[in-house]
Amino acid sequence: MSLESGLILSGILFMIGLTGVMIRRNIIFMLLSVEIMLNAAGIAFIFAGSSRADPNGQIMFLFILAVAAAEVAIGLALVILIYQKFKTLDIDGISFMKG
Amino acid sequence: MQHLIGYIVLFPFLGFLVLFLLNRYLSKSMVSLIGVGSVGIPALLTMLVGLNYLNDPDGTVRVETWEWFQAGSLDPGITFLLDPLALIFVFIVTFVGFLIHLYSVEFMKNDDGYGRFFAYMNLFIGSMLILVLADNLVFLYLGWEGVGLCSFLLIGFWYRDPENVKAAKKAFVVTRIGDTSMVIGLFLLFAHFQTLEIQELLAAIPGKWAEGSSLATWGSILLLGGAVGKSAQLPLQVWLPDAMAGPSPVSALIHAATMVTAGVYLIARTHVLFLQAPDVMEGVAIIGALTLLIAGTSALTQTDIKKVLAYSTISQIGYMFLALGVGAWSAAVFHFMVHAFFKALLFLAAGAVILAMHHEHNMFKMGGLRKRMPVIFWTFLAGAASLAAVPLITAGFYSKDAILWLSFAGEKGNSALWLAGTAGAFITAVYTFRMIFVTFYGKQDHETAYRPGYLILIPLIVLAVFSMLAGFIEMPHNMAHVDLFSGFVQFSLPEAMPQINKPGLEWLFQGISSLMTLGGIFTAYFLYLRRPEKPRQWAHQYSRTRQFLLEGWKFDRLYRYLVIRPVTYLSEVNREDFIDRIYILMAESTRWWHTLLVKTQNGRVRWYIMGTALGVLLILAIIILI
Amino acid sequence: MTLLTLIGILMIGGFLAWLSARWNTSLTRWISLMACGINLIWTLFIWFGQHSVPAISAHGQWILEYRQPWIERFGIQFYLALDGLSLLMLMLTFFLGFISVLVSWHQIRRHAGFYYFNLLWILAGITGVFLALDLFLFYFFWEIMLIPMYFLIGIWGYEKRLYAAYKFFLFTQASGLLMFLSILSLYFIHGAQTGVYTFDLTELMETSLSSSLSLFLMAGFLIAFLVKLPAVPFHNWLPDAHTEAPTAGSVILAGLLLKTGAYGLLRFVLPLFPEAVLEFAPWGMFLGAISILYGAKLAFSQTDLKRLVAYTSVSHMGFVLLGVFALNQVAVQGVVIQMIAHGISTGALFILVGSLQERVHTREISAFGGLWTKVPVMGSIALIFAMASLGLPGMGNFIAEFLILAGTFQSSVFFSVMAAVGLIAATLYSLRIFQQVFQGSPSLRMETLSDLNLREMFILGIMVILIFWLGLYPRPALDTSQKTIHGLLQRSEISAIPGEDPPDHAEAGVGIKIQEGE
Repeated sequence: MSLESGLILSGILFMIGLTGVMIRRNIIFMLLSVEIMLNAAGIAFIFAGSSRADPNGQIMFLFILAVAAAEVAIGLALVILIYQKFKTLDIDGISFMKG
Repeated sequence: MQHLIGYIVLFPFLGFLVLFLLNRYLSKSMVSLIGVGSVGIPALLTMLVGLNYLNDPDGTVRVETWEWFQAGSLDPGITFLLDPLALIFVFIVTFVGFLIHLYSVEFMKNDDGYGRFFAYMNLFIGSMLILVLADNLVFLYLGWEGVGLCSFLLIGFWYRDPENVKAAKKAFVVTRIGDTSMVIGLFLLFAHFQTLEIQELLAAIPGKWAEGSSLATWGSILLLGGAVGKSAQLPLQVWLPDAMAGPSPVSALIHAATMVTAGVYLIARTHVLFLQAPDVMEGVAIIGALTLLIAGTSALTQTDIKKVLAYSTISQIGYMFLALGVGAWSAAVFHFMVHAFFKALLFLAAGAVILAMHHEHNMFKMGGLRKRMPVIFWTFLAGAASLAAVPLITAGFYSKDAILWLSFAGEKGNSALWLAGTAGAFITAVYTFRMIFVTFYGKQDHETAYRPGYLILIPLIVLAVFSMLAGFIEMPHNMAHVDLFSGFVQFSLPEAMPQINKPGLEWLFQGISSLMTLGGIFTAYFLYLRRPEKPRQWAHQYSRTRQFLLEGWKFDRLYRYLVIRPVTYLSEVNREDFIDRIYILMAESTRWWHTLLVKTQNGRVRWYIMGTALGVLLILAIIILI
Repeated sequence: MTLLTLIGILMIGGFLAWLSARWNTSLTRWISLMACGINLIWTLFIWFGQHSVPAISAHGQWILEYRQPWIERFGIQFYLALDGLSLLMLMLTFFLGFISVLVSWHQIRRHAGFYYFNLLWILAGITGVFLALDLFLFYFFWEIMLIPMYFLIGIWGYEKRLYAAYKFFLFTQASGLLMFLSILSLYFIHGAQTGVYTFDLTELMETSLSSSLSLFLMAGFLIAFLVKLPAVPFHNWLPDAHTEAPTAGSVILAGLLLKTGAYGLLRFVLPLFPEAVLEFAPWGMFLGAISILYGAKLAFSQTDLKRLVAYTSVSHMGFVLLGVFALNQVAVQGVVIQMIAHGISTGALFILVGSLQERVHTREISAFGGLWTKVPVMGSIALIFAMASLGLPGMGNFIAEFLILAGTFQSSVFFSVMAAVGLIAATLYSLRIFQQVFQGSPSLRMETLSDLNLREMFILGIMVILIFWLGLYPRPALDTSQKTIHGLLQRSEISAIPGEDPPDHAEAGVGIKIQEGE
């Protein structure tokens, strides 16, 4: 596959993720969408690396995997806490942290 | 003997301090003793010093006490300087002051503020002595403002009446305007001579400032401003009639005999400067001439006995300014001295009358007091005769004659000035005897409840004697060659030489002014005793003119429009300070941005993400497009 | 070491006062009084001793000096020094501090410990400002005096205290930061030029600056000091802060805090930026004259007595600004006297207003009238200080204003005359203070009014004596500062006064006195 089509794929995935984050109100779905966006970025790295024959692209993907895992771990923990405290997973229902 | 002058000044201040601090612990007789004694002792000392001085009049005496302050080349000291000019003023201040204090013991005896009154009076005497004895202009200014303060306090002595308070404020503010001009004059002198010591200045001025140079002119104009304010001359004369709100002894001491002549003293003291500015000299003469006419005509219509005397004081000081302006220094000081005697006398006698009439000031409600209060009447008559310059027998005649003759024949004199002075002499005679006839003749309407005691009568008699006899120490040389006064003063002030030396002409002029006086007396007699309905009819007929004169040519109204209204407006406008609005606007605009931006922080994560995405888009767009 | 101790006594005294309030508030008051008293006596000893021991330090310029490295890495020293000018300012500081403690004696009941802590720390900050010669240290003390003052106004003030406290804080803090920027720039420029990075004033004076740069740097200092002074148009914090502060706070604000601005102008602006000062001088005098007139106008307009007195400060401090930028010996010596005399006279007026408010619970001028009969002593003292404030000869303010105006006249006739008009305006507002309150027809509600008690009479009595002493024999004060002023003016290389011709000067034999200080 060419670099171009790979980047288009990654772009589409990223947009899907972003749209998900913006329109879903359920925190869990928002987390899923964030994952999609992270993976989109990862795909972009891999394609860029392979087109230059540079292993750094794959190394970066490993980093992103690690970050994503950490993020999910903390994110889900927060989700559980939020649910315990507010009895809801609706993100608009808990907009207390405003200036 | 001369070193005593320090003590002359010290005693009144000690008296003031004791009375001011211990007022409530002192008995009334103690207060009287301290109050009068602290002026009596200086009066005695002055006589001692004066006698000593007469033996050896040449050479001035300096008494240094301590150095006041020193900065750069400015180092005025608390230093006294006694010369003939100062000695005459000191004599009047202590001697007349003492008599007035004596009088006040009885006059004020039923007043709540007895101790306070004597405290202020002593403070006044002390300040006035500093004014006339100061050897440098800064120290003089200390006395100058000190007497202003006392004047303020004593005009507003009965401070519970808002009218008195107003009068006091007016006096203080108006004189302060003059004082500010004077103090700027001091800065000018200091900037150019690096000293403010009077003798040094007088010695240095002629060498540095040419006659008629603009600096000399400015310097003398600025000092004149101070003199005009203090001496109630045009255009700052408005405060003096209102100043009559104070007790009568105050009017006699401060607003007739001493403080209001401080301007005369200042000009005489700095005569060298004025001689370098001939234009200003002419201005002084013109101010004097105009003032004496304006005040004289105003006195004609007054009904309040003290107001008549107040306008008369303004008018008489106008004569002194006229004399100063034509360079008749010794005549001015001579008239000051004589005026101090008879005007103090008139005020004191008027005070006794007012007391007897239950604080009635209106002459037309008095009448016929001649029989009831004979001593008062005769002394008042003596003072009035002197004021009206009844020929040959009164002191006022000799002093006024010297001024009139020199205003014509003097180096700077001219016929217009003489004419004004002579017309003034007529007016003076009219209003003076109008006062006599209305107050002491006619029928009596009211009972007099009060008989003046010795403490009131003795000062009156002494002053009456002086009003009569003081003239004989200085007589026109066509009559008798007596020049004790001018001979004494010439150690301080240059002698004025008449340009025209024709005894015949002088006799003629003396004749004219005598006729003016006698004519004035007759006019008053005719109008107020023979045909009293005439003035009443005129008052009705020319009520606007009368009102115009009654209000002293409506200067108050002029100032109300020119000064008071703008100042009031200025005080009301921008009360909240527009600069503060600028800062408040800054604060409010911050708050406005706050309310605007806080809307973006609504706590909705999805909103934030949208913002982030839009931001990224924006940045990408900028990168790509540019 | 003495200098450090002076500051230390106040700081430690502050802590002790705070701690002791847990057990006994009267102990707190006494500790505070002692702290100020000891310092006052100590500085008086230094003052009396300075003539016998003319130069203790090696420099000869300073009476006392204390120098310790503080943060050596950045060239910051703990550098304190005392000369005639700062000595006078310190005496004023401790005197007014002493007075302030006495004034607060019964007035402050809430959180007394913290109150006296703040009071003493303000004084410590002010003392530091008057002594510091290291610019960083100076800035440090400059901020130290700010924060306790904020608390003083914000906690113990009157109705609008929070607003006033914020306003005060923002004005001074913002302007202080500008000064700090200037200080840092100076530090780096000097470092780049010589390789020595230091905040030492005496060394920074040697920095050579281009004229535009020095104007910019001066502006930073100038704004900080003009705000503190305050000069129109930076004066707006003052009426609010003075009016809302408790009496002692007003006394310290008017008497001392404003003086730090004037002191800063003399101590830092003149020596650091001589050429820029010369360039700015006409504007400085202009601002001064404007402040005099505008302050007087606003004072006359007020209906709140305390606010009226507050605005008189703007007018009086205008004289200070005018005198500083007149840049000659006579005027600047006048400035020193003005600082002391204004501290005393305005302080006394604030105390009087405070005691009136304590008795009548209002500050509206129209509510008063005819009080003199009821409270003769208070009335007489008010009269004395009203007269002082209008510049009556015999009192300190006259000497100050006379010298300032006489000096200014030699630099600029126009501004001197303009400022002299302010004397008439001063008459108007001073008479208003006295006449509206104490004269006129008595108002009925004043029936149960008590005259000054012994404590108040003691406080005001001392102040009366001092204001007369300054007016009748100000030579000791003038002599103390004379040498410093001479040095400052000479260091600024401003010797030629425009409009003065030197030959005449020498002729009159007056040049000698000026040269004495050399």
